[in-house]
This record gives sequence, C-alpha cells and structure tokens, in this order.
Amino acid sequence: MTTLTTRTKSLRAASGPEGARVRNRKRAARREGAFGWLMISLSAASILVFTALPIVFTFVLSFFSWDIISPPQFVGLQNFTHLAADQSVIHSFGVTGLLAALIVVLQIVVGLAMALLVQQRKSTWARSIFRTAFFLPLLVSAASISIVFSYLFDDHFGVINYYLQLLHLPAVAWLSSSAGATATIVIVAVWQQLGFVFILFVAALGSLPKDVLEAVSLDGSGPIRTFFSIKLPLISPTIFFAAVIGLINAMQIFDQPYVMTKGGPGDATTTTVMLIYRTAFQNIQFGYGSAISVVLFVLLLVLTGLQFLISRKWVFYS
Amino acid sequence: MSTAIKPQPAPPSAIQKARIPHAGRRKVYRGFGLVLLIVIAAVFVLPILWTISTSLRTPAQSFDNPPQWIPLNPVWSNYSAVFQQVPLATFFLNSVFVTGAIVILQLITSTMSGYAFALVRFRGKGAVFAMVLATMMVPAQTTIIPIFILIRYLGLSDNLWSLVIPAVGGAFGTFLMRQYFLQMPSELAEAARVDGASNFQIFARIYAPIALPPMATLAVLNFSAYWNEFFRPLIFLQSTNNFTLPVGLVSLQGNFGTGSVSIVLAGVVIALIPSIAIFLLAQRYFVEGITAGSFR
Repeated sequence: MTTLTTRTKSLRAASGPEGARVRNRKRAARREGAFGWLMISLSAASILVFTALPIVFTFVLSFFSWDIISPPQFVGLQNFTHLAADQSVIHSFGVTGLLAALIVVLQIVVGLAMALLVQQRKSTWARSIFRTAFFLPLLVSAASISIVFSYLFDDHFGVINYYLQLLHLPAVAWLSSSAGATATIVIVAVWQQLGFVFILFVAALGSLPKDVLEAVSLDGSGPIRTFFSIKLPLISPTIFFAAVIGLINAMQIFDQPYVMTKGGPGDATTTTVMLIYRTAFQNIQFGYGSAISVVLFVLLLVLTGLQFLISRKWVFYS
Repeated sequence: MSTAIKPQPAPPSAIQKARIPHAGRRKVYRGFGLVLLIVIAAVFVLPILWTISTSLRTPAQSFDNPPQWIPLNPVWSNYSAVFQQVPLATFFLNSVFVTGAIVILQLITSTMSGYAFALVRFRGKGAVFAMVLATMMVPAQTTIIPIFILIRYLGLSDNLWSLVIPAVGGAFGTFLMRQYFLQMPSELAEAARVDGASNFQIFARIYAPIALPPMATLAVLNFSAYWNEFFRPLIFLQSTNNFTLPVGLVSLQGNFGTGSVSIVLAGVVIALIPSIAIFLLAQRYFVEGITAGSFR
C-alpha cells in the first residue's frame, strides 16, 4: 500500500506523459515482484523440498515395499492392513500415548505452579536465579541428559536409589521394570522441558491486566480463588498453546528411550518413532516405516484438530 | 474481618488489626512458596551439579555413594582422557561446523524471506506463505524417511552437509522475521525510494540492520536446537569421525558401559560449555524466542 503511493508520488513528480507513467509504474511493480520471489526463493525452495514434499513422499512410499537396493514395489494398502494387525505397532502407539499424556499434563501443571511461585517473589534477583535454574536443562541436549539420568537412575549404583534407601524407602527398579522405565522417561522429559512451559507461563502471568487483579484483591478474594476464577481463564490460551506444542513434541519422543532404555525392558518403552527408526533404518523396510509414519502423522493431525475443537469450550480469548 | 465492622474507639488501629491476619496468612503462603521453590530449583540444579562434580572424580570413585557434591579434590584427568578415548575434538569441530553453518544460513534466508513476506508486494505471496506456515506444524520425525532417501540420492550420506542442506530454510525463522518486519514503519522505505535506492538496497541498508534483535533470537534458538540435535545425526552419519557431539557421546557411553562414568560425564560437560556461554551472553533472546510463538 504505502510503497505504491510513494511510487506514484515520485512518478508524478517526474511529470512525464500519461503512457510513460503507466509503463514506469508497471515496470517498477514487475521489478518488485521479481525481487520478492528472489528474496523468498532460498527459504521457500528449502522448505518445499525438505519439508512439504517429504510429507507427500511419505504418503506415496507407504503404498510401496522398498528395501532401497531393489526397485520399489507397489503393494497397495498391504502395509496398512499389515500394520493394523501388527502388535508391535499397536503397542508402540499405546506406549507413546501414555508417555505423551503424562509428559504434557505434568509439564503444564508443574510449569504453571512454578511460574506462580516465582511470580510471588518480589526481588528481581530471586526471580532471575530461579528462572536461570529452571532454564538450565533446556540448554543440555536430550541425549546428554539421558546419559546423565541413566547413571542417576541406575538400579544398583544410582544416586537416586541410594538416597531412597537412606530414607528407608524401597529401591525402585527404575530402568529394569516397565513401570519404572516409563516413569524414568517421563521424569527426564518433564525435567528437561519444564523451562519452556515455565517461561511461557511467566510471560502470560506477567501480562495479566493489573487493574483487574487489584480490583479482585480489594474485593477480598484469596489467592486460591483469584487463581481459579481470574488468572486461570485469562491464561487459558497459553495453556492451550503449551498443550498443542507439547503433545506434538511428546508424541515424537525418541532420544530419551533410545539412550536410557533402548525401548526396554522388552518393548515397554518402544515408542512409535523408535519403531519407525528400527523398521526403516535397521530392518531397511522403507515402505512399512513410511506407513507407520503416515499413521503417526494423521494421528497427530487428528489430535491437534480435536484439541482445537475442545478448546472452544474452555479457552477464553479476551 | 468482623473486628473492622464493629465500632472501635480508635479507627486507625482497627484497620491495622483487620489487616494483620490477612498479611500474616500471606506471609505464610510466601514462606511456604519460597521453600517449595528452593526444593524445585534443587531438583533442577542437582543433576547438573552431580555431572560436573562426578566428572572431576577418578573413574574408580564415580559410583561412590553418597556422591561428593562439591569436588574438594578435583581430578582433571577425565578431561584429557575423554579426548584420548574418542575423537572428541573432531566431534566438537563437527558440531561447530554443522551448527554454525545452519545458524548463519538460516539467518540469511529467514531475514530475506521474512522481509519479502512482510514488506514486498508480489504475486503468489499468500499461497507461498500459507505453505510455510503449514509446514511449521509438521512433526519432523515423520518425514525422516524421504529426507534420508533424498540425502542418499544427492550423494550426501555420512556427510556433515546432509545435516546442513535440509536446514537451509526455516519456517519458524521466516515467520519470526516476518512478524518483526510487519511492525516496522514503511516511511523508511518511502524515503529511501525517493532518494533512488533499489529494492535490494532498501532491504540491505535500511531494514536488515534494524532487525538485529529477532536475528539474535533466531540465532540462539537455532544454536540450541542444532547443537543438541540427536535424531538426524544418528541416522545420517555412519563413521565415527563424522559424529557430532550428542551422537559421539552416546556412542562413548555405549562403548564404556558403566565402567568410566566420570570420563563420559567430562564429555557431557565439554558439550555443555558453549551452550551455557551463549545463554549467559544472550539470555533475554532465549526468553523472547520462546514467548514469540505463543502470542500470535
């Protein structure tokens, strides 16, 4: 808009004949159009080739059987019929769903509690110390963190079982039982990513309208009631955002089980992405691996869509 | 509360009386909150403290319980040992190359495309931007198979460029930069155009230099994401000499089993140092980057 008016102004200043002015304006617009395409070309081409087309290609591959050495064979829906009866696939979705649900809920509840507690602090240095402490794990790679925690949670030599026994609590089979391994992965994932959710909530709580909060506190409403009837509805968009992003990430969990449990014991922590990894890159079944990817992709799409639908009932946009 | 309603001989003291229980309760809340916060903060800091202090003990002491939280007699030998046991220097340089290349390339491509999407008029802009936005929600792990095949087809298997090339353009970066340029005044462009500046000069000389804050945000977020990345390097790289730090450290842990924990942890600390340095230098850009996505 504004760039166009500038151009007409400068052209009018040139005060050439009418035809030349129109031609000039057209040429400038054409030049700007070419410039725009040139500016986006690298990003757009890269995103198209390495994100958009691979989605299409994953769908296409899911109808083939391919070991990358011999030419791919079209098998129709066979991968999907096979998959629907494959216990390991079904089990992996159960494992992933359980892990994701626990991770997302814990992240939001604990992250919000931490943000509220930090907001209570009046001194800025206390706030910044706690903020830094909660942020620290985000800087470490999930792989490194998983190495560290696989030592800490070691059944026999681990520091955590040592302190549990010191408190006369039973040692937990963290990495060698299904429940223990699931709990360990949830703890590590939540521990690492809490800082992200925490920062989101600190920002959201900080941007709440001060006058409303003051009015409520003058009315004699206690902190708990203020939280549930005022703050919670006002930050519901942030909770929703954290839930959507958190679920998409958690449903793709790979690093923690790969490093800490190798999907075990048995297949108790074999997540869907681990199964895709094994199917495609260890068993070299690219078609079948793509079919599992398609199911995960569609499932995430449906879950995100559902979240948006349900959000109309509880998310409050001012 | 009821004391405040009753008629009192001295009104000011009545107000004080009414306030004391309320303020007292608040004090208890805040005190309880502080204790809880300290406990939570300890849960967050102690594993990292344990990592550092155990990396400073001899391999034989690494599983001594209780752990020595404060390394009173630090042993630095693990830090030289880890460089001898695995090509850690090579891992480190590989990580520097991959992360550096992606951060720089994405800064260039995202600033250019973000600017164009915000301030340049061209046909098809809406459609292309819609594609960029749509890919932001794509779960990355579900497209790994075609990308792996593409990498193989391009002859980039087991090559560090296989990590860089697919990450040249970033949907999030484009979006972040576009949002920033949208808030900028267009008078700057108008003035420059009157002075005869070309489209590219307006971008490179006027707009790009004032977009440094979102560029810093993008750089720190990308640094953190790619420095710590595990999934793609694990799949794309095969030979040990091409490993990046996370993959190299996991392979080191696998080789050692539980024998030399302290040596593995020394490697973990070395991998962590650049992240902490960048965080200390650019803390506020991290925070801005995280909140950038949620408010729009």
